[in-house]
Amino acid sequence: MIDELRELYQEVILDHNKNPKNYFHMENPTHSAEGHNPLCGDQVEVFLNVEGDVITNISFQGHGCAISKAASSVMTTVLKGKTIAEAKEWFNRYQHLVTSDMGEVVDFDAFGQLAVFAGVREFPMRVKCASLSWHTMLQALENKNEVASTE
Amino acid sequence: MNSTLQQIDIEKFRKDFPILQQKVHGKPLVYLDNAATSQTPKIVIDAIQEYYLKYNSNVHRGVHRLSQLASEAYEETREIVQDFLNANSVQEVIFTKGTTDGINLLASSIGRGLIREGDEIIISAMEHHSNIVPWQIMCEDRGAKLRVIPINDDGEIIFEAFEGLLNERTKLVSIVHTSNSLGTVNPLREIIDLAHKKGVPVLVDGAQAVPHTKIDVQDLDCDFFVFSGHKVYGPTGVGVLYGKKAWLEKLPPYQGGGDMILNVTFEKTKFNELPYKFEAGTPNIADVIGLGVALNYVQKIGYDKISAWENELMWYARNRLQEIDGLRFIGNAKHRAGAISFVIENVHPHDIGTILDREGIAVRTGHHCTQPVMQRFKVPATTRASFAFYNTKEEIDQLINALHKVIEFFA
Repeated sequence: MIDELRELYQEVILDHNKNPKNYFHMENPTHSAEGHNPLCGDQVEVFLNVEGDVITNISFQGHGCAISKAASSVMTTVLKGKTIAEAKEWFNRYQHLVTSDMGEVVDFDAFGQLAVFAGVREFPMRVKCASLSWHTMLQALENKNEVASTE
Repeated sequence: MNSTLQQIDIEKFRKDFPILQQKVHGKPLVYLDNAATSQTPKIVIDAIQEYYLKYNSNVHRGVHRLSQLASEAYEETREIVQDFLNANSVQEVIFTKGTTDGINLLASSIGRGLIREGDEIIISAMEHHSNIVPWQIMCEDRGAKLRVIPINDDGEIIFEAFEGLLNERTKLVSIVHTSNSLGTVNPLREIIDLAHKKGVPVLVDGAQAVPHTKIDVQDLDCDFFVFSGHKVYGPTGVGVLYGKKAWLEKLPPYQGGGDMILNVTFEKTKFNELPYKFEAGTPNIADVIGLGVALNYVQKIGYDKISAWENELMWYARNRLQEIDGLRFIGNAKHRAGAISFVIENVHPHDIGTILDREGIAVRTGHHCTQPVMQRFKVPATTRASFAFYNTKEEIDQLINALHKVIEFFA
């Protein structure tokens, strides 16, 4: 199989796709939002429980491709226990990671688990898949009663 | 005499399509997304180029030489389309931007001209969004109701349900000839006969039919027929609305502007005669001319041969696809053309699409602008392979090999 595909579908991504973390419908979340990718019909719902300034619990549900499911799963593990300000900062860093130039050197250590999504850069058509749950998370935190969309 | 195309013919015809000669990600392009858009033979590209190089000019306006040439070529295409559809007259051939534009034209015009509160329009559950949304907009505007013929688990319309929906309030049946997401070919003769018995006109969405099968609008006896140029080896941005003259005369115009008028004063405008009444503004002259060349091209190959070869490809692909573990077809109609939709257990269509793309294979993944069909079969999306006469069995073999790799990858 071709290298770029291995780069895109790293073992971590395939694992999260098969066994997603925090994949459940949260009862009484303080924040939640729904996200759609109208182009492909992907749909995700993100639930957060925020106490004071801290995300004490986060989960998701929905249907989408391996990239979108793994992105949601990894996002929930990364953001659990973070403050809202930190979550927003991670959003920006992650957006930069998946849309940056292939030539740009990625500090993989700084990205931790999220570094596996650097492979998405090679596949512009898939950036939206990797970003949907992050946009939805942001929408939930900003409490806009609108459906998030990648369009 | 063999009525189907032979390998040697296909190889010859493939040379007419420069785009098919390329490599994608280092692999020979296998183009199986023909239901989204078909490829364009060089003679069509040349005709469009020739127009811009030699006689680019507005139609029906100038007395000068170039305008005369442009007008002749434009109107000659109308004759080609008349012959292509076996329409009764060139007055029944309206040029549009495409199928969607044709349906919107009719929805607007029929809405204003014929529809009153409480009236009903019938469509089917397998329609493309373009044959749903224009009617919804019109129905909301006019206080009319949209009724939907259900489909069975094989993706065929339930005829008895259609019979039950037809009533004295029904003003139009608008139905797809061949489904873009399921590949189902509808029993149009029966549908049209029954609708006509109740005095109801029928619009046929022929976008996915014209690349695969000979259309004879008089034989079908449909009242309206729409199709797009780019699905039948022509350019994008051009299509055709056929309508029986009696209906087109009765209906009010769609858009106002130049070309569709006989006489304008600030008090009153007298509309032009058919077909110009429905063609406001400068049309897409170059692409109309390109469409004429494309239709001549397919007619020269012959629909008997095209249909026979594509049918062979269709069933060869269906048989081979059954080899794939966990593969399930969405749409099992026996009478089918063009497209095969499927899902693979535990692998999302987008991931399939990305892996196939790296193998040089172009398929469509997603809801195919038929979200109600996806809801009916309880899947978020499908992978769709769709064929043209220039596809080969070897290309289908490559698809199967690539799908085996997909399974391996996600196992």
